[in-house]
Amino acid sequence: MSELSVNHLLGIKYLQEKDIQLIFETADHFKEVINRPIKKVPSLRDITIANLFFENSTRTKLSFELAEKRLSADVINFSAAQSSVKKGETLIDTVNNILSMKVDMVVMRHPNPGACVFLSKHVKANIINAGDGAHEHPTQALLDSYSIRERLGDVSGKNVVIVGDILHSRVALSNIYALKLQGANVMVCGPKTLLPKYINQLGVKVETNLRKALEWCDVANMLRVQNERMAISYFPSTREYTQQYGVNKALLDSLEKEITIMHPGPINRGVEITSDVADSKQAIILDQVQNGVAVRMAVIYLLASKIKQ
Amino acid sequence: MSQKVLLNATAINIILHRLACQLIENHKDFSNTVLIGLQPRGKYLANRLAEMLKTEYKIKNLQLGQLDITFYRDDFRRGDKIHEANTTAIDFIVEDKNVVFIDDVLYTGRSIRAALTAIQSFGRPNEIELLTLIDRRFSRHLPIQPNYRGRQVDAINKEKVIVSWKENDGEDVVYLVNS
Repeated sequence: MSELSVNHLLGIKYLQEKDIQLIFETADHFKEVINRPIKKVPSLRDITIANLFFENSTRTKLSFELAEKRLSADVINFSAAQSSVKKGETLIDTVNNILSMKVDMVVMRHPNPGACVFLSKHVKANIINAGDGAHEHPTQALLDSYSIRERLGDVSGKNVVIVGDILHSRVALSNIYALKLQGANVMVCGPKTLLPKYINQLGVKVETNLRKALEWCDVANMLRVQNERMAISYFPSTREYTQQYGVNKALLDSLEKEITIMHPGPINRGVEITSDVADSKQAIILDQVQNGVAVRMAVIYLLASKIKQ
Repeated sequence: MSQKVLLNATAINIILHRLACQLIENHKDFSNTVLIGLQPRGKYLANRLAEMLKTEYKIKNLQLGQLDITFYRDDFRRGDKIHEANTTAIDFIVEDKNVVFIDDVLYTGRSIRAALTAIQSFGRPNEIELLTLIDRRFSRHLPIQPNYRGRQVDAINKEKVIVSWKENDGEDVVYLVNS
């Protein structure tokens, strides 16, 4: 079997198309594993993984931890809120201290873009990026593509629109890279203030009218408005945002085809997506969560297989 | 490299019939028995035996599955080779069933050890038996022996036994290859 072309998962930017296919094929097998009566395999018995979360996370952290435990790895958790980071320790020192306890792999979320790339150059461990600021969130993009592949059979040739706060979203950037790599057509849609200035350079279509975007697409990935990253106002009011960029049942029913709705979570119900849409058959939001565990198991397994004894 | 034919298509066919009859002798109508082909190469033998039991020996309701042992191997990260996972398809309950593992060649016994661990994820079988087409004598690393064997072979370590199946490799034949 071929192996991944990389030793770390720092971003989709560093992957090749065949890496993504390998991850998906491996995830297929793990998806079968996590639906067994006993959902655990012993592969990573002698691997220790540190989950370093310098920024809040619920589902990503749980998903990674579950994936690690399903592979029988030993897991240690760390969150910045209760750590020596507050006492002024540098990132490299923090991580090296943890690694001296014989840790093989590090899953890290950090508010600064590039933190994982920086770390991979300075410490000896395989690094998985679980989100670095507004830069990349590779495993989210992988599970999104995996869910599209599961629902529609293939990613190649599909029209996918990413709606909402593109400017502050690491999910958007990783998704654009991943979808383009697999041959999908990508559009971003949102208010001009929430679209990055040089978004055209990524080779995506840009649309500010949600209705036109939905008429074009097969899949709509609805992003959350990241209020915590906004120091200034990017739109007049939440109500106005919802009216222009929120999806509701009436809007979807007025389209000629049934499109698939995705959301990386956490959902702001009633803002970017109404409850009846989020809970409808068109939405694959909970499939995304289940696939997240299988895809993360695949990534961890494939990277761990490159750690030589 | 030299190769010698150990079994030709006729010999394989006779052995398959014998193995099928031995299975019937022990498992009667297979009402509480399931056959499990071990991936990747055991599934061809398992499919062939299941087909034979159904069509020629009129066994009804035969349950056949495939088990992949990749994630249960004891040599993860120990060699240069990365092992490719295969599909596991067990869409029946194995709890309290009599399970028959089917593989083409029994060599060190390590993959059977992995399969014994893997099957536990699906439940606790009543008993587990092992059927192999080729049993390489004097090469076991673990105390594992088959309950049903097609042919016993003495091969030294640098020799390889290769089992080809018509549906996958073009012909039914077993080679002893000296590389």
